[in-house]
Amino acid sequence: MKRIYLDYAATTPADPEVIKAMSPYFTERFGNASSLHSFGREARSAVEQARKTVALFLGAKPEEIIFTSGGTESNNFVLKGIADANKSKGNHLIISAIEHHAITKPCKFLEKQGFKVTYLKVDRYGLVDLQDLKRAITDKTILISVMHANNEIGVIQPIKEIGKIAKEQEIHFHTDAVQTFGHLPVNVDQLNLDLLSCSAHKLYGPKGVGALYVREGTKILPFMHGGDQENDRRASTRNVAGIVGFGRAVELAGEKIGREEKRLISLRDKLIRGVLDNIGRTRLNGHPAKRLPNNVNVSVKYIEGESMVLNLDLEGIACSTGSACASSILDPSHVLLALGLPHELAHGSLRFTLGRYTKEEEINYVLEVLPKIVGKLRSMSPLYKTKKK
Amino acid sequence: MQNYSEKVMEHFRNPRNAGEIKNPDGVGHVGSSVCGDVMELYIKVKDNVITDVKFKTFGCGAAIATSSMITELVKGKRVNEALKISNRAVAEALGGLPPAKMHCSVLAEEALKSAVEDYHKRSF
Ligand code: FES
Repeated sequence: MKRIYLDYAATTPADPEVIKAMSPYFTERFGNASSLHSFGREARSAVEQARKTVALFLGAKPEEIIFTSGGTESNNFVLKGIADANKSKGNHLIISAIEHHAITKPCKFLEKQGFKVTYLKVDRYGLVDLQDLKRAITDKTILISVMHANNEIGVIQPIKEIGKIAKEQEIHFHTDAVQTFGHLPVNVDQLNLDLLSCSAHKLYGPKGVGALYVREGTKILPFMHGGDQENDRRASTRNVAGIVGFGRAVELAGEKIGREEKRLISLRDKLIRGVLDNIGRTRLNGHPAKRLPNNVNVSVKYIEGESMVLNLDLEGIACSTGSACASSILDPSHVLLALGLPHELAHGSLRFTLGRYTKEEEINYVLEVLPKIVGKLRSMSPLYKTKKK
Repeated sequence: MQNYSEKVMEHFRNPRNAGEIKNPDGVGHVGSSVCGDVMELYIKVKDNVITDVKFKTFGCGAAIATSSMITELVKGKRVNEALKISNRAVAEALGGLPPAKMHCSVLAEEALKSAVEDYHKRSF
């Protein structure tokens, strides 16, 4: 059976070029990037080269890039590190209600430590309101963190404008750019950012490596204590091969960025229109235009997401859902609920995320298969019957 | 996330007795307080034996598979015997369920109980 992968927001396959770049750093160039000898030196210069690449891509200085184990670590680093280093100034943080768990869970942890967190509401498209943000700021606010684009519904936030407000008030501003880094242009000065998290495996790099951008002069507590790696901010032997792969992935992303965006938008809109036009009682979640080029999120009324995902999987199509039944804690996606979606619609959500290897035939195939699956599940749904009468 | 057993997937792929019975002798309608899912079970009873049974389910893979399995387990059984079928028995017949999905089998057991209750109400 052919397999169609439409879950690129979860992870992407590593580009063969990335693997090629990484491979010598497992074998002949295996040195520890902290060693003095030639083995160490060649590893170190590869790491520094990758750091330059990432910095250049962000419009940052190489010293402002800290390599981490990925997006979750970068987010934990920011929240705990900024909170702790700035607690004499204040104990208040502001985030949006639709942040990834890698932001919300550290915030819950900080609340237990006595910090206060404001969760900014979003409108029905998932956008935060700048007036709400201004109202939430107090003289105790030390950090604002709003994700660049949401992983579930793809909505792109007005980061530049939020950053401007933060800057005027001299509050640290962080964005979780895991979904946009390598896919959309991201410049830390243009977007008024002090901190940014990103991860390699979302842009055809390896898993287990990411970065945190920290603007020069920002007070932040080191995340791991030990050796003096990463300017004493993140101890641990450097993941040289991973970092090299990350660097190569960023180079490749830079070469493709604008063209790929256009190609994906046209495929994305074809899929959205195909679903909304051909299947009754469906809706698009998120904003129609302020949206990641590769994100499609729809709710199908009267049926449940996990059973749709499993049926699609049986037909070779891989995608995901925000249904309660598919979550380990049996709660529907907090993102969909924050949009004001009733439980039933959150239940019937499907997310398709497209990528570099997605072809038009694959979108056609989804549009051919999905209506049949919806029909089958609706014929089994007690809710569908009630509504028909 | 834990994988489903082959048996669960088999019932999910080809659910037995999905649908509705036109003039049922009992209908069970239950909702899960855990995840918000809904299950309906229709039974036809003759001389105290469940002669036909159908289900409709709004729920996950496990919910659909347990619905399907419970219809197979109760068909042809006397009403009293059918009532003895526990959610565990349904889960076991499916080769087990991931722990987070046990509550879906509870839904199946409750749907059956509620259908039988309805049947009793109608016949007395
Ligand atoms: S019906 Fe919701 S988890 Fe099974």
